[in-house]
Amino acid sequence: MLAFIVSRLLQAIPVMLTVSLISFAMFAYVGDPVTIMLGQDYTEAQREALVRELGLDQPFFVQFVEFLQNVLRGDFGISYRLGRPVADLILERLPATLELALTAALLALLVGVPLGVYTGLYRDSWLSRVFLTVSLIGVSLPTFLIGILLILVFAVILGWLPSFGRGETVTIGWWSTGLLTASGLKALILPAVTLGLYQMTLIMRLVRSEMLEVLRTDYIKFARARGLPDRIVHFGHALKNTLVPVITITGLQLGAIIAFAIVTETVFQWPGMGLLFIQAVANADIPIMAAYLMLIALLFVVINLIVDLLYYAVDPRLRSGLVASSGR
Amino acid sequence: MPLLDVRNLRVEFPTRRGTLVAVDDVSFSIEPGEVLGVVGESGAGKSITGAAIIRLIEPPGRIAGGEIWLDGRRIDTLPPERMRSVRGREIGAIFQDPLTTLNPLYTIGRQLAETMQTHLGLGAKEARARAIRWLEEVGIPAAAERIDAYPHQFSGGMRQRVVIALALCAEPKLVIADEPTTALDVSIQAQVIALLKRLCRDHGTAVMLITHDMGVIAETADRVAVMYAGRIAEIGPVREVVKHPRHPYTEGLMGSIPPLSHRVRRLAQIEGAMPRLTDIPPGCAFNPRCPRAFDRCRRDRPELMATDGPNRAACWLHDPSSRDEALGHAA
Repeated sequence: MLAFIVSRLLQAIPVMLTVSLISFAMFAYVGDPVTIMLGQDYTEAQREALVRELGLDQPFFVQFVEFLQNVLRGDFGISYRLGRPVADLILERLPATLELALTAALLALLVGVPLGVYTGLYRDSWLSRVFLTVSLIGVSLPTFLIGILLILVFAVILGWLPSFGRGETVTIGWWSTGLLTASGLKALILPAVTLGLYQMTLIMRLVRSEMLEVLRTDYIKFARARGLPDRIVHFGHALKNTLVPVITITGLQLGAIIAFAIVTETVFQWPGMGLLFIQAVANADIPIMAAYLMLIALLFVVINLIVDLLYYAVDPRLRSGLVASSGR
Repeated sequence: MPLLDVRNLRVEFPTRRGTLVAVDDVSFSIEPGEVLGVVGESGAGKSITGAAIIRLIEPPGRIAGGEIWLDGRRIDTLPPERMRSVRGREIGAIFQDPLTTLNPLYTIGRQLAETMQTHLGLGAKEARARAIRWLEEVGIPAAAERIDAYPHQFSGGMRQRVVIALALCAEPKLVIADEPTTALDVSIQAQVIALLKRLCRDHGTAVMLITHDMGVIAETADRVAVMYAGRIAEIGPVREVVKHPRHPYTEGLMGSIPPLSHRVRRLAQIEGAMPRLTDIPPGCAFNPRCPRAFDRCRRDRPELMATDGPNRAACWLHDPSSRDEALGHAA
């Protein structure tokens, strides 16, 4: 088990190196930070001083190694636009994005899985047909449109929920949370629904098709032939056998939710990393873009590791294969 | 009173092109402790008959007629929840392929224990202790350790032993074994059949043994029912059916088994193939392949009728009123 984790972590190193190389390459090839930072009026002497200060006169690989060393120390440079350390900016924004993404993912799972089981078990009932039809909307409507429609209905027409922002937050250590105040929770609802709706319908349809598959297997028929109650057959034997693909997709989608919260955060002016990133893109604020890219890559690596570990928790066949291969 | 009494069972599969009758007017009974063999080619309706008894026919298939009585109680009309408690507790089932019958994600101990806890109201501890005893009884070595193993850690033969333990662990009075050895190595088949036979004798369990292997039937069953195109062609004591078949189809089946006593140049075979359920010929379903068919066979469908022996056969050759016609045809 430990050998497996270590080997996966070793595999992650080249991935992270590649991503950091790409991130770093942005400094060299996307826009000219010096002209951006200096603004309209500057002298040649000022320009050269800044180039030296930023280390831009050094060869590419010298700059890259220095960049890596800084990154490992948690130093992602200073935002061109905001003039503050990027690490601080991201840490400030991280809680907002993580709270939004995890709420959306949880919503998608807690609603998507039961709906998937229901529509799989009673595939011909009219309620199943309703769920499936509605889920088509969730799959096909673009996120920004869903967000705008929700704002129109619940914020503008009904006036029940705020249309933008995060509400009041409480700070615990460096983590600012909106989960502990009423206005924070209210502000979370619309963005979380917007962000989670696509994943929810995806999970529902996935669980449904997996359930249909599993319900046809011999071991489910045999479980019925043994006279086990439906509850145990459906939610124990059948559901557990659908979990491996569901875990895979949910894991990947969680990464996607965090990475692509950009659209939702923009629509709702949610003060998270996505909004920070989109503003950075607009201003060619490369240190922020580079740090964001690496952070997202790291998140995907970590999520994939967790997904792999969950496989082993769920499926004993993989577990014994693991023992055999790591014993070698 | 028979343990199981199936009366005029009819199973239909509605399809877009009309209704298929997979099991047509099938009647038979099984006495307590008796082993009834059911043979026939694939598609003859033997497995569907077994599935109908425990009400596990794949939809859209459905029981369209007849009655099923177990121990003097009609079970085909029981509400679903009552029927569930019949399955496993009163009628056990053994499936064909032990590689796919066990849930891959649960230990065999858990699968045994949950079955006994469901039906016998045992606590977890007692269920586990009994699970170990069952594994010992079906011949799993080191049962106390193997109980926490997963199905994939067992060979096919060992898995079928586990399946047998699962079918018998709630002490049912009847076990429906659907091709229990077909998926196994030939060398393992005999062991598994011997085990099933011994366990059922020890526990007084009756068996409905569905197979296409006449050899298995001959050495295991007390009585045998031969099925053809959804109907019973012949039924009777196994010795009689094997030695003196009364139905031309059974005769053909027996002729296709190589005898061990002497060499034969060529095994007899039945010309043609069993008709598909969509185009069963009028009259006797076997008439196009029957070497002794006469006019009535193409006209009227024969019911099971008495013969000159203990067997009953669905064949006009045994009807006194058509015997002259049959003889005339032969002459």
